[in-house]
Parts: sequence; structure tokens; C-alpha cells
Amino acid sequence: MKIAIASGKGGTGKTTLSTNLASMMAEAQPVVLVDLDVEEPNSGLFLAGELVHKEDKYKMIPEWEKSKCVLCGKCQTVCNFNAVMQLAETIMVFPELCHGCYACSELCPSAALPMKPKKMGELKQFDLDNLDFIESKLIIGEEQAVPLIGQTIDYVDKNYPADTIKLYDSPPGTSCPVIEATKDADLVLMVTEPTPFGLHDLTLAVETMNTLGKPYGVIINRFGIGDAKVEAYCEKKKIPVVAKIPNDRKIAELYSQGKLLYNAISEVKEELQKVVEFIEIQKEQI
Amino acid sequence: MKEIVVISGKGGTGKTSVTAALAYLAQDDVIVADCDVDAADMHLLLKPENSIRADFFSGVLAQIASDKCIGCGKCAEICRWEAIAKTNEKYQVQALDCEGCGYCARICPTSAIEMEEQNVGQWMISEIKSKSKMVHARLGIGAENSGKLVAKVKNEAKKIAAQEQKPFVLVDGSPGVGCPVVSSLSGADLVILVTEPSVAGIHDLKRVYQLVEKFGIPAVCIINKYDINRQKTEELYAFLQQKELALLAEIPYDENFTQAMTLGKTILEHDPDGIGAIIRASWEKIINKEI
Amino acid sequence: MKILFTAKGENWDSMIDSRFGRTEYFFIYDTSTEKVETYDNRSINQEAHGAGPKTAQKLAEFGVDVLITGNGPGGNASAVIKQMGTKVWVGASSLTVREAYDAFNNGSLKEM
Repeated sequence: MKIAIASGKGGTGKTTLSTNLASMMAEAQPVVLVDLDVEEPNSGLFLAGELVHKEDKYKMIPEWEKSKCVLCGKCQTVCNFNAVMQLAETIMVFPELCHGCYACSELCPSAALPMKPKKMGELKQFDLDNLDFIESKLIIGEEQAVPLIGQTIDYVDKNYPADTIKLYDSPPGTSCPVIEATKDADLVLMVTEPTPFGLHDLTLAVETMNTLGKPYGVIINRFGIGDAKVEAYCEKKKIPVVAKIPNDRKIAELYSQGKLLYNAISEVKEELQKVVEFIEIQKEQI
Repeated sequence: MKEIVVISGKGGTGKTSVTAALAYLAQDDVIVADCDVDAADMHLLLKPENSIRADFFSGVLAQIASDKCIGCGKCAEICRWEAIAKTNEKYQVQALDCEGCGYCARICPTSAIEMEEQNVGQWMISEIKSKSKMVHARLGIGAENSGKLVAKVKNEAKKIAAQEQKPFVLVDGSPGVGCPVVSSLSGADLVILVTEPSVAGIHDLKRVYQLVEKFGIPAVCIINKYDINRQKTEELYAFLQQKELALLAEIPYDENFTQAMTLGKTILEHDPDGIGAIIRASWEKIINKEI
Repeated sequence: MKILFTAKGENWDSMIDSRFGRTEYFFIYDTSTEKVETYDNRSINQEAHGAGPKTAQKLAEFGVDVLITGNGPGGNASAVIKQMGTKVWVGASSLTVREAYDAFNNGSLKEM
């Protein structure tokens, strides 16, 4: 079963939830936690496991073969992303701008732009007893998250059986990396905080999930601060509030040390239990 | 006219709350630009009104005219995103999967495919409670964020600042390290890095600082929640020293910050003598060029 | 020598545009003929991505020896400019074109 953990706003506690939930669930069954926030993956800061596998991830980009080129400039014309440029007698390719559509390569009259793999990120697999943790990270300067997110999801699909619990820690926001990370999920858990920023960004995230037609539940983090508007919104929209993790300075302190919470704070464990139960119920319905 | 950009790398450090507080403090000396366009929040604290809106277009999506489609399937063959599917002998594009590369349009034998400009959101100019103006935007669901909308918001803010002779443009920057942040940083005279003493906060600060360093823009730092972890705070001090970055201010972990936000107020209005005073001192250092 | 300034206007008193990729204008001065040429680059804002290299390509058409700008071009644009052999001088933000030219001549700008 695939569960995506998302949030509209950054900093609501998505990674806190996913690392704690994954670790707790792994005590009873095999779990894979996948960090898809490939620009800034953070889950690994909280989980210390053995690195069992590392692989470079590539995207295909055109490479200019001067000897074959007739300098017709068609490549520049067909590129919609300004990734291929003719400068006098040279063709320049800008790898970060390239979306990998293959148009320049396939429409070149003299096959002077063959597509070649270029490293854009790294995938690492860590082993922590019953918990496997996959982290993918873009190399700095590389801006497109979507291809790496897609390839990471494929890696997990290929290497783990379908009945393993797979938790996807998604990037924040509502733009295409989030869509890529959540579009295959069976269930989405949205983490928010009971404040105006939390509410505002939750409504955007809900709109996004409705567009994708995904079942979802909300987890309110730092419960106790702010006001009751997030709860009222969820009630009005008939969105299940699965858990409420209490606001506690002690939590902020443990978090700052890079530590997990559920064994140290019993209320956190209780609330996470509710999340596990919610997942079990949703599982029945697939 | 000086452009000040506030960024953090990591979400949740207090970037937007700090920017809104500075904006409130600076009153009509400042034009505000909310460049955190994928989940913009400044408006919740600055209460924009009387907005002038405009649609924003970015990128294109393929559209197949079914009356011209002969069902040859060449488009589906070459599409790298599997965004074109056959329905009843003809082909159609699934908008959410289309990357806008235009390859299909170029090779369609009957020219049945057009690339259409996408309305991906709106940008607005509004009046805010601090007797000034804010330029902000809302990016549509699933839209591709890019430097373009961020650049638009910033440019419009700079235009107004020039016209109205305001000394500062204050930018709430985008999080992360991609194009939107680069666009937020481009042209900045000063960067304020808002961070927190946590493993994740420090990690993301270092990553975003690499970009700031590359652009060679002077930067200063505000450590928020500085008292939750003394050891990590010391680590931050060491990093700042190593990179020769000035510490602009340290803000203690304080529920007032969230309370202010809940009441729709900046920390200046809610806690003027506590955290408000710290923010005031920071702004003074900036305008007196003490840092 | 042909010098290109990224500018916010089309005369000597215009402010330098600190950005490269999305600069509003090119102000080009030929020191041997003492002639000035300008170019309106504002259509670059139609581009979502790749503004830097595209502007650099435009710069190539003018055949300049030196680029004077504020913060400096980003990675991709720099690659194009380097390919052309144009030298880049930065640090001219908050100056007018005239002041930037003087700063360049008396060595107070920084070569990138």
C-alpha cells in the first residue's frame, strides 16, 4: 500500500510524522520510507541506518557531435525550453533547462545530437531492521525534481513487493513535484498546523488532492497553538482529522537534536497509533 | 533603492513572520513582494485590500483538435510523458501529464495540435495595513513554478518603488534551492537568512547559502527559536563565523509568534516590547548600515 | 573596445540593472567610435526558463568585448559569455551607466 505524506505549507511537520510513523510501524511489519523531497531531503537526519546501496540517477540530455552537425539551427528552433542554442559555429546545450523531450535529437537532420545520460541526482538505500529508507537528492544546480521523483518511485516499485507499506515523504507545496510524488498513492496524509498559515495552505493542498481524486486524512501538528479554524474547516468539508499531535516545547527540542519522538513522548505514540488504525481501515477499502 | 530578500532554505523557521514584521515596521518606506508564490502567506498578516489583479501566463500545453485528428498516433509515439491517449479512434492530451515541449505539435501531419498558453495563476498589487503596497501572486494547482512568476512579482514591486521613490523593496523569498529561489535572489542587495538551531534547519541553511555565495550577495542571519538547542546554536555561530556572516538577531522560542499569526497580526503589533523590540533593533541596524 | 552595460534605461544617467538574464536594456558603448547603441530586452520576461542564456545569445549578436553588470550572470549565461570570450566585470549595482564606466576605468569594479 502506498501512503503519501504531504502538506501545503513547509515546516508543518511532514518529515517528523513520516520518520516517526515509519519507525513505529516497522516494529510490527516491513515498511519502506521514501524521501521524495529531492531538493532538500531531511528524513535521513533522523534515521541512522546502514547504507546498503547507492546509485547515480540520470536523465537523458542531448550531446552535440560537432563532426556531424550542419549548423542548420533546427535544434534551437524545436526546443521550447531554451535548452539548446546556436552560437555562431557552436551548438550549446544547457542540461538543467532540458526536459528530455528528445525533439532536437530526433528531428536533427544529421543525427548530431544523440541523447546521452547525465547524472542529476543520487539515490541511497539504508537498512534499519524492519525499516528500509530510500532517499533521493538532486545534485546542486539541478532544478527539476520531477524526473528524480519518478525514477525513485520506479525503484521502489521494482525492489519491494506490492504488499509492503510504502510511505512517501513528499515535497511541500502544490506544484508539479507534489503531483508527481502523490499521483500513485492509495492514500494521502496531510500534515498541517492549527494557524492561519496552516489553514490557508491546507485548503490549497486539499484542492490539489481533489484534482487527483485521492482519499486523504488530516493530521494536525502542534495542536494547542493557534485556533480551532482548521478543525472547523475539516468538519465542514467532511475531511477526517486522524490525529492531533500536541504542541510541546520538548518536541521542538528533541526534533532539534535530530531525535525521534514516539518513544520519548507517550501522547505522540498514542496519536500515531490512531494514524496506523486509519491506514488499516483504508487498506481494507482498496 | 535597496532590495532586501528574506530566505530560509527550510520551511517553518519563521521567514514569513519575520518579513511581515519588518514590513510593518518599515511602514511606507518599503514596497513588499511576496515571492513565495507556491503557498503565499504574507497576506494573512498584512491584510491586503483594493487589489488590482492580472492573469499570469506561463508555459504551454498541447491541445488536439479532434476535427483535424486522423488517428495516426504519431503524437502518442513520440511523447516521452505518455500524455497522449487514444479515445474512440482519435487522440487526446491529458493536461496534467503534458510537459509543454511542443514535439507532438511539430510532427502532426495534419497540424491538428496547437500549443496553448496556460493561465497558471494571478498576480496582484494591493494596499496593506502598514500604509504601503504589496505585490503578491497565487500559483494555480499543479502549475509549474518557475523563476518567471517570481521575477514578475519582484519587477512590479521594484517598478512601484521606483515610481514612488521608496528606499526599500522587501522580498519574502521562495523556499528550497531551485529556480524560484534563484529568481528571488537575482538582483538582491542584501539577503536575510532566517534559520533555527536544529539538524534540519542547519542542513538546509548551508544548502541555500551555497546559492547566495555563488551570487556574491552580502548576507546576514537571524536565528529563530535560538534557545531550544544551545549546542546547535553554537554550531550556527561557528558556521556564521566561518562564512563571515553577521548575526543580525536572535529570537527566543516564544508562543507569541504563533499567537500573533493566529490573530492576523505581525509580531510588532502583538508583542511590541518583546520580540517586536528585537525586530525593531534589527531593522535599525539595516537602515543605519551597521551590518 | 565595445562595452555592454545591463541597464534600466537607454542613456548615460540610467541606473545599471543589477541582473543579467532579465535585464531591461542593453547599453552598448564603443570606445573607439564613441557611439552608443541600445537594445530593449524586456521581451525576455515572456520566457519562463532559460532567460540567462537567451539574453547572452542576444549579447553575442552585438559582438562585445566587455560586459559590465551588477551581480553577474548565472551559470548558464556565464557559459555562453565565456564561449564568446567576453570579459565580465561586476559590482556596478546602484551606479548609473556613466558612474559604472568611470568605476570600470579606475579599477573599482571586480572582474568575474
